[in-house]
Amino acid sequence: MTDAVMRTALPAKKPNIYVEAFKEASVTAVLVFLLSVYMVGLQTQASQGQPLSFTTRFADVFWACILVPCGRYLIALDRQGLHLPALIGGIVSFVYLFGVGTFGLAGSLAYDTFPHPFDEPMVNIIFGLGGIYIFGAAYHGTRTRRHGGLTIDQREAKEQRSASWARRMSGILGPMLVGVAVVIPVFMPFSPWSGATRQVVETLVLILTYVMLGWGLNIVVGLAGLLDLGYVAFYAVGAYTYAKLSTELGLNFWECLPLAGILAASFGVMLGFPVLRLRGDYLAIVTLGFGEMIRIVLINWQDFTGGPNGIGSIPKIDFFGLPFERKAPPGEDTFASFFGLDFSTSHRVFFLYYVILVLALITNFVTIRLRRLPIGRAWEALREDETACRALGINPTNTKLTAFAIGAMFAGFAGSFFASRQGFVSPESFVFIESAQILAIVVLGGMGSQVGVALAAILLIGLPEVMRELSLYRMLFYGMCMVLIMLLRPRGLLAHREPTIQLKKRGYSR
Amino acid sequence: MDWFPYFLQQLINGLTLGSVYGLIAIGYTMVYGIIGMVNFAHGDVYMIGAFQAMIMLLICGALGISWVPAILLLMLIVSVVLTAAYGWTVERIAYRPLRGSSRLAPLISAIGMSVLLENYVQLVQGPRPKPVEPLIRGGFQLMGGGADNSFVVQLGYMQIVIVMITIILMGAFAMAIGNTSLGRQQRACEQDMKMASLLGVNVDRTISLTFVLGAALAAVAGMMVTLYYGNNDFFMGFVAGIKAFTAAVLGGIGSLPGAMLGGILIGLIEAFWSAYFSAEYKDVAAFSILVLVLIFRPTGLLGRPEVEKV
Repeated sequence: MTDAVMRTALPAKKPNIYVEAFKEASVTAVLVFLLSVYMVGLQTQASQGQPLSFTTRFADVFWACILVPCGRYLIALDRQGLHLPALIGGIVSFVYLFGVGTFGLAGSLAYDTFPHPFDEPMVNIIFGLGGIYIFGAAYHGTRTRRHGGLTIDQREAKEQRSASWARRMSGILGPMLVGVAVVIPVFMPFSPWSGATRQVVETLVLILTYVMLGWGLNIVVGLAGLLDLGYVAFYAVGAYTYAKLSTELGLNFWECLPLAGILAASFGVMLGFPVLRLRGDYLAIVTLGFGEMIRIVLINWQDFTGGPNGIGSIPKIDFFGLPFERKAPPGEDTFASFFGLDFSTSHRVFFLYYVILVLALITNFVTIRLRRLPIGRAWEALREDETACRALGINPTNTKLTAFAIGAMFAGFAGSFFASRQGFVSPESFVFIESAQILAIVVLGGMGSQVGVALAAILLIGLPEVMRELSLYRMLFYGMCMVLIMLLRPRGLLAHREPTIQLKKRGYSR
Repeated sequence: MDWFPYFLQQLINGLTLGSVYGLIAIGYTMVYGIIGMVNFAHGDVYMIGAFQAMIMLLICGALGISWVPAILLLMLIVSVVLTAAYGWTVERIAYRPLRGSSRLAPLISAIGMSVLLENYVQLVQGPRPKPVEPLIRGGFQLMGGGADNSFVVQLGYMQIVIVMITIILMGAFAMAIGNTSLGRQQRACEQDMKMASLLGVNVDRTISLTFVLGAALAAVAGMMVTLYYGNNDFFMGFVAGIKAFTAAVLGGIGSLPGAMLGGILIGLIEAFWSAYFSAEYKDVAAFSILVLVLIFRPTGLLGRPEVEKV
């Protein structure tokens, strides 16, 4: 609206868009120069016993200072309504740089025949991806341009539509995902990827573990609205409980599981008590601190936890008493001999897969049921407005503590599953970035949407597994993706954060 | 008075460490005060500041500049300018597009940015820790030594430099927030962003400058740590960032004097705990004290109590 007013008030002169875009690009060039001149241009080298030295890489700085402002120029033109240069420039640079980079990665000779700005093939690819980003932005620009700007009413209607779409999608996707999850291991051997069956199922086990953790954290963050940055601590408690109980007392997985859950839940209550009065980010830092404290104790309490080396040779999971071994002790059966099968290491992987699937589905089921119980309603009410909750006689203490305890319990289950899968636990598995990753799954999933969390886990855990070949660049891409996904879908993949029930509005309508 | 020399030494060490934490904590607290988000990438901005300062030191060595004040000044200026550019870029790319969305979206994007920066530095500068030769050696010997072989209390010149720079910066900073037009705009945005923009404050610019200032202070902290400990690696920002964030919360997040106080307290707690109890559990001690303080003062030491509005 202000734009319209300005335009009518000052009809004077329209700035030349090419000049404006060039100005923006020059600013970007200066910025890129500042960012890269030291960090990229001069590489410090530390070698044993020698003072620090450095080598120069100014060619890379030069190309970065050319390419990024060019992209900025195209985007600036695109913003002014000139989409074509951005569309063409974006796609051309993508195809060229990405292609050249791929040649380089493959070690092909073509890499040397085509001129390429950066020596490192991967850097060419990254800039190529920048090209596709420009293309995408311009394409999006042509579409929204056609529809014109949205009024507030239209925007609300759009959000409502997307929320109802999300709800419908969850309704369809949920059962579909479960169905696919149940049959995948059975069909894998008949698929084109049968050679990699074991790796795929192992990756799926990992993804499902995070789905379960995501659903557990969803109770705390999504439903009760308590920001928890130390969730991995409960995961650690569960894992170490199983590790200690099975190695020292010889309990099996199924006996340990409830104990791990109970212990993790009591840690949840322990964390919950001091933070009851805190809100928002105060809560966040205390939970973060709690997570770090648990990790530091695990590292330093050598006698009990094995210190940084962790606890090894934890008994692996068995099939209700039948071990997944090649040979059983005399007089006993293994899983394979009992069912008359040939021994295969994948039996255990398949069994693990179904165990974690069932555990995750239990988590989901409990969450869905709890949402409909008074306690679930109280969580959501607490999330929306704590003061109103108090006024209506909901006890915030109990409500928060149950949220912490139940969320922690599921993390404990998942942790004890993790320990039995790995056969080894060490503090290194329970660092802050794990908590951040689980939280990212919840937020990206759309805060409170169960199917969304599952999709986000597939995306965030599956993605790095797929990108394993990128080795050094893997985590760089991971960070980029985290930022990008948040920018593109700030409300999550399937966003419908609305109370489960709502009183109908009366008296007025829009 | 046998305990006194040892105690004094820990006090000096704690104050030095605390100054560094305090400078980083200001970045957290300013950003939190103005847009209510935890800038998780701030620790990594500090790490980048340390790297820029280290590279400048190396260049000085290569160019043959050996006058210490000139080196210090060059390191300060270059590291502040280049790191401020990073602060600005991070805000522009990862946070500005998310303004006005849910509270958690910028948090996740900040965590992503932190992962991105760490791995970027690991890629361009290599994963190995970089040992830096100390530039300023020696110091005053305050107590001890001599014939009776008692405990020697050292006050290093570098420690004096660190504390002096911190005090000067803090003073200048408090003046700037209190008296300049930028400071007024910042405080206006802190109180009510919409109203400030209606009254002609360029909110986007103010927020960007807040990030630039925070990054500049973090760069100074990074430079001092480079000279003091002289061991930089790409992961150094994580722990320092968490400590500084703890310091900001301890002092009352959103309050500038609180950040400085919190930083110094965390530094002292760490120094004393490592000296008298165990170095391994110093982080546990810092967090426990944070929890204790928050139980009795839920908004930190100097934080204003939040007024609940329905």
